[in-house]
Amino acid sequence: MSKLKISIFIASLIPAVWLTYALLTHQLGANPIEAITRETGLWALRFLWLTLLITPLRWITGWNKLVTLRRMLGLYVFFYATLHMLLYLWLDQFFDINDIIKDIIKRPFITIGFFTFAALIPLAITSNNAMVKRLGGRRWKKLHKLSYFIAIASSIHFYMLVKQDKAEPLSYIALLVILLGIRLYRHHKKSTIAVTVLS
Amino acid sequence: MFIGKKRLGEDIAASEITDHPIYLDRRKFLNGTAAIATASLLPFSMLNAKSAVPEASYLNLKQSPYSTDEGLTTYESVTTYNNYYEFGTGKSDPAIRLESINFPDKSKPWRVSIEGECDKPGEYDYDDLIRPFTLEERIYRFRCVEGWSMVIPWVGFPLADLIKRAQPNSRAKFVEFTTFYDPEIMIRRNVLDWPYTEGLRMDEAMNPLTLLAVGLYGSELLGQNGAPIRLVTPWKYGFKSIKSIVKIRFVESMPQSAWMKAGPKEYGFYSNVNPDVDHPRWSQSKERRLGEFLKRKTAMFNGYEEHVAHLYTGMDLTKNF
Repeated sequence: MSKLKISIFIASLIPAVWLTYALLTHQLGANPIEAITRETGLWALRFLWLTLLITPLRWITGWNKLVTLRRMLGLYVFFYATLHMLLYLWLDQFFDINDIIKDIIKRPFITIGFFTFAALIPLAITSNNAMVKRLGGRRWKKLHKLSYFIAIASSIHFYMLVKQDKAEPLSYIALLVILLGIRLYRHHKKSTIAVTVLS
Repeated sequence: MFIGKKRLGEDIAASEITDHPIYLDRRKFLNGTAAIATASLLPFSMLNAKSAVPEASYLNLKQSPYSTDEGLTTYESVTTYNNYYEFGTGKSDPAIRLESINFPDKSKPWRVSIEGECDKPGEYDYDDLIRPFTLEERIYRFRCVEGWSMVIPWVGFPLADLIKRAQPNSRAKFVEFTTFYDPEIMIRRNVLDWPYTEGLRMDEAMNPLTLLAVGLYGSELLGQNGAPIRLVTPWKYGFKSIKSIVKIRFVESMPQSAWMKAGPKEYGFYSNVNPDVDHPRWSQSKERRLGEFLKRKTAMFNGYEEHVAHLYTGMDLTKNF
């Protein structure tokens, strides 16, 4: 592993370490359960946005080494999303399966959150080199396009659960629009070039 | 670990917080020596000076048969976990912000106007407004629409006492309340349609449970708790208990509250605590009592059914949410 990769690996653990420390030292306020559930969800979102930033950053800087970080950052999305999901199942629902099923069916933001998490699972499973080989590069890439769906769905999940002040989810949505917009723009430009060359 | 704590005072040193028995015995303390033993602050607390209950400013309060004997939520939680959107939408935003802002500004008079359909309207200075009334302590459950709850020892007097003095006329069917608003210090301008307003039907306003609170834990309200005077309707979701009141108006038709305007499908006029009628986006069947690890079941009318259920006989509470 490169030095860059190791430092990003360690840096990505800081939120988890900080949250644990803050929890143990009573720094999460009067409702620590709510705070830690929200924070792990937010970190999953932030890591997903970082993952989606890698490709445009590579186009802009031409620094191709960045792509070696992408899978690791993606796994951190899964790591924080798993914590988020477990905290919900445990501290919100106390693993009461009936309540959980009711919640998933009845609450659209929970429904979306649940499917978003489910969509992360195949990506996490296929994140090692052996799986990339087994699937073949093209199919692997196609499968991992799911991350766009995950990003959009998790934005909706976030937007819906906020009671009234939508400023925070909207700022994440704005960033996502940029991240996806860059891709669309480039895709469009490429195809127009292709068309011009062909004709 | 904090989240494992079931009741107040179980794992926090007595030097850090006044626990329930000491608090309930506080008059003995006050009569005896100096003040409540609340010395050091929680060392890692984000917000300093909130963990200690300040010296009581209201003494010899009348006790109320309406009080619950459930364990109190800590003073720190009550004063640092607040929804006061004018000062920010994070739970600790109001407490943090009000450390640097003087609100309410005690150098200026706080005026409350009583107006509308009544024979004795008028504008009062806060001191004049509350002078005629006997303050009492009411320990009430407080259930937020978001699914958390507290137990708070309020200091106040029944709203009914004030209403009787204002002498509403026969056209007064509802009471509308308005919160103070100053965009200079209340920086979150676009969250709701300010100023914040709330309303009660006249019989709800006259119910003996309905309180105008001026303090909690024996001392004056802090800004984040709705100083200097606020409403407390313990059988309704917390947002009905409007803070920092500047206007009380008697009206003939049902007023539109700030939350009704913001989300008419989510927030109705009554907003009674009801475990069977969910918020469209989340369940109301359970709640997290701050300081407790397990969630508890939410009670109909927040456990005040015997006192208020008769107000709503024959009403479809799914429609009149």
